[in-house]
Amino acid sequence: MTDIVKAFITGGIICVIAQLLTDYTGITPARIMVLFVVTGVVLGILGIYPAIVEFGGAGATIPLTGFGNTLAKGVIKAVNETGLAGVLTGGVKAASAGISSAITFGYIMAIVSKPKLK
Amino acid sequence: MSKKITPHEYRHLVEKTMPSSRVLRNVLAAFVTGGLICAVAQVFFMGLKSMGVDEETAFMLTTVIMIFLGAVLTGLNIYDKIGKFGGAGASIPVTGFSNSIVSPAMEYKREGYVMGVGAKMFLIAGPVLVYGIFASVVAGLIYYVWTQVM
Amino acid sequence: MSTRTGKQTIVLGSPPVVIGGAAIVGKKEGDGPLARFFDQIIDDEYFGEKSFEKAESRLLRDTLVKTLEKCGKSASNVHFIISGDLQNQCTAASYAFRDVQVPFLGIYGACSTMAESLAIGAVLIDAGAAEMTACITSSHFCSAEKQFRYPLEFGSQRTPTAQWTVTGAGCILLEKQGNGPGITHLTCGTVIDMGIKDANNMGGAMAPAACDTILRHLEDTGRSLDYYDLVLTGDLGSFGRSMLVKLLRDNGVDPGDRYNDCGCMIFDLERQDVVCGGSGCGCSAAVLSTYVLELMNQRKLNKVLFVATGALLSPTWIQQGDSIPSIAHAVSLENTP
Repeated sequence: MTDIVKAFITGGIICVIAQLLTDYTGITPARIMVLFVVTGVVLGILGIYPAIVEFGGAGATIPLTGFGNTLAKGVIKAVNETGLAGVLTGGVKAASAGISSAITFGYIMAIVSKPKLK
Repeated sequence: MSKKITPHEYRHLVEKTMPSSRVLRNVLAAFVTGGLICAVAQVFFMGLKSMGVDEETAFMLTTVIMIFLGAVLTGLNIYDKIGKFGGAGASIPVTGFSNSIVSPAMEYKREGYVMGVGAKMFLIAGPVLVYGIFASVVAGLIYYVWTQVM
Repeated sequence: MSTRTGKQTIVLGSPPVVIGGAAIVGKKEGDGPLARFFDQIIDDEYFGEKSFEKAESRLLRDTLVKTLEKCGKSASNVHFIISGDLQNQCTAASYAFRDVQVPFLGIYGACSTMAESLAIGAVLIDAGAAEMTACITSSHFCSAEKQFRYPLEFGSQRTPTAQWTVTGAGCILLEKQGNGPGITHLTCGTVIDMGIKDANNMGGAMAPAACDTILRHLEDTGRSLDYYDLVLTGDLGSFGRSMLVKLLRDNGVDPGDRYNDCGCMIFDLERQDVVCGGSGCGCSAAVLSTYVLELMNQRKLNKVLFVATGALLSPTWIQQGDSIPSIAHAVSLENTP
């Protein structure tokens, strides 16, 4: 149960940071998403983000910063295993499940449903 | 134009009198929405782990499940309402990433499956992948150089 | 014969007459305060068509048919259709009237299009180039969102100055002679850009254009705002409206309670979740061709200054970091005493 509360708080705080940026700077949703992924990569490579994951679990991996961290983690692992080639393969390999599932589910949903005005 | 006001003065006046975002309401909504989505994900994660899945795979599968849920809720015309309520609390979790892929794919279906669905799918998520992957390559390169030097 | 007075105003020698109008709107508009004035309310945003773009075209076509029906005229009586919308290359209009054998002038003035259309239609009649013209414009929330903002199902919040594009079309039939209010004066505005860059703050961007055109109209005609029973801007929304009042007061003109804005009238801002109000070419067209026209025909209003405003932006120019040029055209509608 405490793990669920920790995830709630961690995820909530990350989203609050994004919301504050949106409300105070007027930055567009697409830009904020880009900013958070890149921040995740940077915090991941510096070894800071894994500590946040340690505490928050899914509360840290589910926000887009977690996606960035996955990319960073993948590239570190690949460089350790294969050297220079890992620079190019590590990130996408680690994120492949996310990307492939998003494309697949996205495509299926596009076929079966259509946009509606509520 | 009315000779009395310059564009500079006018922009100043607009900024001064513009209604501002209801920050407190937005922040609370973002906290609750983002928190809830992550809490749901944590339940899936714990469930997977209790089934004996190793931690790394469990995180990966949790992400996939959440992407699936985001896609389904978008297809059912529900996720835009969550987004309207929760703001960044709905767009920052990976369900929001999924929403950003499914929503243009649905919207541009009438323009065909190649140049419509196929091309427009990454209208919003494309930049996320471009900068995320590019950042990972740069980070990887720096890490590689660092391992060689140390 | 039309003559010029002052710097930008046209006086119509024999004022063309508004013989009738009609509007078809969407469900949300049909839930608003002006619902009972509209001729038809469409519950389905696709309007039985396969896409939002086609739905908007059908809105235009059906609105023209309805107007002709109400006035007891047929398409062969119409010498020009002057029409525009918000779709790229103003295609909703072009596709709508491809099967109607009437000379067609497609125009673009963003949300100011209805006034532009009335100006061209009135001058053509006064010049003797036409007996009857149909002025008709439309907008559709979904096709506008798709083109200018985000996909419909994308979950995002609206900023505090955002407006809601009206789904609807409005048509006005002008004739050389007939019963109804006449168009007596036209003041075509100049493009004005005060450097507002936020595409979600069109009201703020357009207010200076409305102010400029109104002041110009008053100066050119020697009238004061008291002359009119109603001064009606197109769709500045609640924020743009407050900016316009401020600008006018700075210039010594107090619009008082004879001033209103179509964007604030078509929706209930408290109840309908539209932030600052309505926008789009269909907004001012629908309000003018039904509500205002009905009140003028009942002689509850006799002199109306219709000032439709347009934000002449495109997503490309905004992405390139440029600001929003704006325009406003004023049309003076007056009942014969």
